[in-house]
Amino acid sequence: MLNFLATIGHSAISKVAGFGRASIMMFHALCVWPQPKTSIPLIIVQLYNIGVKSLLIIAVSGLFIGMVLGLQGYTILVDFGSEDSVGQMVALSLVRELAPVVTALLFAGRAGSALTAEIGLMKATEQLASLEMIGVDPLRRIIAPRLWAGFISMPVLSMIFAIVGIYGGALVSIEWLGVYSGSFWSVMQSAVDFHDDILNGVIKAVVFGLAVTWVAVYQGLESIPTSEGIAQSTTRTVVYSSLLILALDFVLTALMFGDI
Amino acid sequence: MRTRTIEILVGLFLVGGLLAAGLLAFSVSGLSGANSATYKIYAHFDNIGGLSNKAEVTLAGVQIGQVSDIKLDPQMLLAVVEMEIFSDIDFLSSDSSVQILTSGLLGGKYIGLSVGAEEDFLIEGSVIEDSQSALVLEDLIGQFLFDKVSD
Repeated sequence: MLNFLATIGHSAISKVAGFGRASIMMFHALCVWPQPKTSIPLIIVQLYNIGVKSLLIIAVSGLFIGMVLGLQGYTILVDFGSEDSVGQMVALSLVRELAPVVTALLFAGRAGSALTAEIGLMKATEQLASLEMIGVDPLRRIIAPRLWAGFISMPVLSMIFAIVGIYGGALVSIEWLGVYSGSFWSVMQSAVDFHDDILNGVIKAVVFGLAVTWVAVYQGLESIPTSEGIAQSTTRTVVYSSLLILALDFVLTALMFGDI
Repeated sequence: MRTRTIEILVGLFLVGGLLAAGLLAFSVSGLSGANSATYKIYAHFDNIGGLSNKAEVTLAGVQIGQVSDIKLDPQMLLAVVEMEIFSDIDFLSSDSSVQILTSGLLGGKYIGLSVGAEEDFLIEGSVIEDSQSALVLEDLIGQFLFDKVSD
């Protein structure tokens, strides 16, 4: 019985300690005197690795999700004779929910896992320790640019996802299903509010970007420096960040649209 | 050369993001700046029944403007609807009439404008006298029941 209690206590303490270490890492990486000369080129390289390389999967998924929404929305709405509202349905569901959430899930799989594996391997091959030996802070040199690139890439990717999806939905409903294009766009424009819908969607994307990169980088730093350990950390990154995204999405949606 | 390619691609990526933000703002949410010139006309209604801001104003089914404000006139106890009409539509006669219509069975409300025969035109600040209120389903049902009872 006491052993059982001790197990629970031990795991709780180690969780809290892990969260504390993650917060300290984030603080040391981000809250430093800015040195734009050295840090901006590093951030650009990471933006390429994290953002540009994720663009293809994001754009293709956005296109198909938008097209499916158009098809599904049309088949339901046509029963009520209000197939003109399909634009509103596609735009609102993409901008409010699907763009930030699906982009973040794909981002966790595409960029988050790569971040963890890269940093884990750097740790296993003692590159991080060597950097420290020659007097370079690995938090500033390695971790900070990746965090910033993640924060910047996520909202950009999410907006690209949304716009590609909306044009995909427009393609299906206007060109194939024959919804009148004027009413498609005007119903959408009168329903979507810039502040309430689009800005809130972007805020969600920023929060998810923060969550995914933070989890990924921390898991990389904490990984056991063996090939098995790196594999475990990579899996954990994807699982933890996906769960975190979905839970945060519920909280944010309740705060933004729930009128609580 | 390698760094330069990366920089160009990252630049393209960020410009793509800005472009997406612009499209979302202007083409999806219809956030229009003051770029399109409009003039304002007003109409009084007994009942606007669910008309909302940004609803279309149409002539012969073609959009010629949008509803920009809805207020209550405290003296007459009528709804005052302010409409922004595109400046290039400057040939609406001053005895035009407006009507609140519904697109489809469940669609949104919009304003239909019918042109009259007068020689002078609506200008900034004109008030349309002839208006027909929204069709409120409850009123119709009430009227129908009332007719049944009186039969």
